[in-house]
Amino acid sequence: MKIQLQHLTKKYPNRNKKEGGDIIAVNDFNFTIPDGKLIGLLGPSGCGKSTTLNMICGLETPTSGRIFFGEDDVTDLPPENRGVGMVFQSYALYPHLTVRQNITFPLENLKGKDKLTKEVMNEKALEAAKLVQIDQLMDRKPGELSGGQQQRVAIARALVKRPRVLLLDEPLSNLDARLRLQTREEIRRIQKETGITTVFVTHDQEEAMSISDEIVVMSAGVLQQIGKPQEVYDDPINLFVAKFLGTPAINVFDAAVKDGRLYIGDEPVLETPGVEDQDVYAGIRPEGLTLTEDGPFSMKLIRVEVMGRDTSLICLSPFAQADTVRVIVPSDSILDPEAVSVRFTVKPAKIDLFRKDTEERIRL
Amino acid sequence: MDKPNRKAWLYLLPALVFLGIFMVYPLFDVLIYSVEEGYNSASQTFFGVGLYNYSYVLRDPYFLQALKNTFILVIITVPLSTGIALLISLGLNSITKFKELFQTIFFLPYVTNTLAVGLVFMILFKKTPYSDGFINLLIHFFGGSTVDFIDGPYWAKMFVMSFYTVWVVLPFKILILTSALASVDKDLYKAAKVDGASRGRIFRKITLPMISPMIFYLIITGFIGAFKAYADEVAIFGTNLNAAGMNTIVGFVYDMLYGDSGGYPSYASAAALILFAIVLTITVINLLVSRRTVTYS
Repeated sequence: MKIQLQHLTKKYPNRNKKEGGDIIAVNDFNFTIPDGKLIGLLGPSGCGKSTTLNMICGLETPTSGRIFFGEDDVTDLPPENRGVGMVFQSYALYPHLTVRQNITFPLENLKGKDKLTKEVMNEKALEAAKLVQIDQLMDRKPGELSGGQQQRVAIARALVKRPRVLLLDEPLSNLDARLRLQTREEIRRIQKETGITTVFVTHDQEEAMSISDEIVVMSAGVLQQIGKPQEVYDDPINLFVAKFLGTPAINVFDAAVKDGRLYIGDEPVLETPGVEDQDVYAGIRPEGLTLTEDGPFSMKLIRVEVMGRDTSLICLSPFAQADTVRVIVPSDSILDPEAVSVRFTVKPAKIDLFRKDTEERIRL
Repeated sequence: MDKPNRKAWLYLLPALVFLGIFMVYPLFDVLIYSVEEGYNSASQTFFGVGLYNYSYVLRDPYFLQALKNTFILVIITVPLSTGIALLISLGLNSITKFKELFQTIFFLPYVTNTLAVGLVFMILFKKTPYSDGFINLLIHFFGGSTVDFIDGPYWAKMFVMSFYTVWVVLPFKILILTSALASVDKDLYKAAKVDGASRGRIFRKITLPMISPMIFYLIITGFIGAFKAYADEVAIFGTNLNAAGMNTIVGFVYDMLYGDSGGYPSYASAAALILFAIVLTITVINLLVSRRTVTYS
């Protein structure tokens, strides 16, 4: 089911009466989620991503704008009539009911001609439980399950009615690191198997990038960029997106363009033909620098961290915004560990320039 | 005895000593009094040992009246007060405006003195040579015939007593239930909404089970409290409860010890133990029922 958001806006009255006015949680959202895809809504906390999810779900009504599922306008429909399944961050399992009862709960609420017999309900519950591999735990209570198992029950409950849209709010945040990796692959597998259009919310960019077909980056209620994870990573439209995506984070330098060259300090590091002379931010990905003996860009070397697969160089530059600069080089790079200063060349594809005033990307 | 065990007993000692002196010893003492026939507290003598005191008490018309009063009071007020408290708590939980104000108002009776409140009820309900009381004025206004609630027919007195008891126990129950309702995870309601549950079903399938431990607690303490009723009766009907026909079991125990016809610790002890047996039975039944209905998460 294709989901379309048109000029979606959500305002809350300001709790602080002195300031007055409204707080805009989501500001004029327009985007289309293609049918059968897994979409990650990504942004720092408080950016409005959960509000957006709740509006798609129907738990919150938009102040203005419309929501379409396929051709149907669902903006004014309550959640139960939208055909959505939702997995809450806290899982929200009913603690007094068994796994089976939790999964059949949505089915028991069906009325009139949709009403199911007990056998059909149990059959459907078992089918959903098998999909998330918890069919052995049907008679347990949620309190007797691990976090990962509870998560699966929550997904099974959301899927049992065969929703048109599956929504997940921070699905991995309550799991430990190892389980997180496993569960996100699981979510991907379930989504592929069912083909249900799925939207999930996360503040963890790695999580979003690893399993999403497309990511939607948000900041302060404003949509920043939509695209395939790699595209957004390689081609950020502004400094916020560039900084938000990627671990380790992008290194940002105060730099200047002069006579078609990019200068960091007084070192000309890159040819930038066609760019007006101006002060800029230069964002260089950790993997965007190559050790070169007579390279144009030099930094002070503080520490070398050997990771096995590659090596991290922790460097110092007076022009960097952060305290240290992290550079990742292949582990077979030739480096004198005693060196005080190292020189690099810049990979043109891994450096982005941003305007100082608007922080918009400057296209090269 | 190994060392950590000895240490544990040492820590428990203060509590054990006080419980022993003020709880266990008196309990045994009461048991002993209750089987000593013809015990005289002045001369510390008795004729023999047996169950005569129990059979006397169980045949005493005042005790039977007190038993009947207590049971009626319990059966009326415990379900009624719990039900009303639940309704009010649900109301308080769903409003946002003036919530604190209403909570304070509903809690006021709890911090008010029993005797003072009893006086207020008396003024509301009592017929005097000067006034019929506020409630009678109301009844009269709506065309009914006036009733003497304090010195009148039995049902009228029982009505005042039940009304008063419910009103007095409400604040505590409302307090407990509002906090129980507030502690239910809001996500459960959201999930139930997405799952398409109707409001009635959400209440029956989620709210009630989630607050059932608290409801159960209120029912048990409500039963125990109502069985021990005494002070409230005195506040409304005065100290001579037998004359008013409104005595309770605890009132009977008190009268047997210190009342005008008192001085019979053996009868008092027997009556107290009968009350103990009743409360114990009810509590055990409650516990058995709760195993099937109460869910602890």
